[in-house]
Amino acid sequence: MGDPLKITPICSRHRALNALMAPFGGWDMPIQYEGIIAEHGWCRSSASLFDICHMGEFLFEGDFEAGGLEDVFTFSVQTIPVGRSRYGFLLNEHGGIIDDLIVFRLSADLVIIVVNAATAPHDFTVIQERLRGGTFTDISADTAKLDIQGPLSRDVMVAAFGNKIAGIPYFRFITMNILGVEAIISRTGYTGELGYEIFLPTGKGAELWDLLLKDERVKPAGLGARDVLRLEVGYSLYGSDIDEETTPLEAGLEGFVNFDTPFVGKEALLRVREHGVKRCKVSFRVNSRRSPRHHYEIYMGDALAGHVTSGVFSPMLGCGIGIGIVDAGDYPPGTPLVICHERVKMDAEVCTLPFYSAGSLRN
Amino acid sequence: MSMYFTKEHEWVKIDGTTGTVGISDHAAHELGDITFVELPKTGAVVKQFGILGSIESVKAASDIFSPVSGTVVTVNDILDSTPERVNESAENAGWMAELKISDASELKNLMTREQYDDYLKTL
Repeated sequence: MGDPLKITPICSRHRALNALMAPFGGWDMPIQYEGIIAEHGWCRSSASLFDICHMGEFLFEGDFEAGGLEDVFTFSVQTIPVGRSRYGFLLNEHGGIIDDLIVFRLSADLVIIVVNAATAPHDFTVIQERLRGGTFTDISADTAKLDIQGPLSRDVMVAAFGNKIAGIPYFRFITMNILGVEAIISRTGYTGELGYEIFLPTGKGAELWDLLLKDERVKPAGLGARDVLRLEVGYSLYGSDIDEETTPLEAGLEGFVNFDTPFVGKEALLRVREHGVKRCKVSFRVNSRRSPRHHYEIYMGDALAGHVTSGVFSPMLGCGIGIGIVDAGDYPPGTPLVICHERVKMDAEVCTLPFYSAGSLRN
Repeated sequence: MSMYFTKEHEWVKIDGTTGTVGISDHAAHELGDITFVELPKTGAVVKQFGILGSIESVKAASDIFSPVSGTVVTVNDILDSTPERVNESAENAGWMAELKISDASELKNLMTREQYDDYLKTL
């Protein structure tokens, strides 16, 4: 028996909107409201509001170097300028990905680490074991997180909170007082659109939700639409595309590993780099509207080469798209693949990421 | 015209020896946004409860089973480009295939609308 599902501070709003709810990472989360395709389209054309309160947030205060935080992730924390954030990984000793996360540099000696919901408790233990000093606190229960994403999200946020929002560049954030509390407003997201992630005290989450939804340019979107949006821009999903059995090198995410900095798992990754990876990521487009799905087999010619880790029908491309992991090799765009599951066979071809690149992300 | 349902949520409308087949409003609603419908080939011979095609939504992929045995006469190929028509009108414009029914006695294995509605309450 698992623990009872946790609920976010927005739960009553989801119920009132008659959302389809389902368990995700130990939380009772909204999957869809009016429908995944409609919500996806609204996010690509206007602005969508997502309840992301399930994600974990940890606070570290202290000297990053002396406290040991500098050696925990695949990037340097010390070199993140105040007001900016950095994406990377927490690895095990074998170089497998324990989690992907973002670190926000709040001040000279203070960072917030934002992690996935399902992995948060384990992440906290692992990070704590690696620290030698400083103060490390799990603030997940006290922190609400709402994402507003879409080409009109800046206009909505400026209308709600003033011009200070307008100047936040991509992967930077500001702290400001909204609804009478201190909030972090970060120009980051998981959709490929211009957007913001807002962190504030749990008690104010529902108030912020209501405020942003008063703007008629904003509609709620669930985790179903979020998954389609993120896959169209080729973002990895922890637990599907990456996990403890997968290294960043296999997952095509070497760009988020800084080999000039010390970190747990570095020796293993250097060995992998020397001997070459055994498997590699491949992204592909299906030649029909069929959706590839997690665990479907990937064939090259007659040979089983690997399996699909994420797949979906892309409303923007009008065809199935997917990411998979296959035997290492060089697979240039256009390389034919066959995706198989029971009696279903779909022809596909290798393509580059992102699948969809016309989003407003950097507008 | 009489209409019958299967436990797998397909329907068949009977007009003489012709049966028009689709999935129920309930099934379409449960699947959510439908993105692909695999239709049978014209001339294909299918058995009652045998695989007629398949249907995919953002959330799931399911086989469609034929409510009756017969030969596929026509398919609703508009669904190739607009599968969302099944969401809009599963029990009408979202029909999938027309079959020449080979054994009318098989209808006894199906549910009437009233029986199907009762069956849905047990799910």
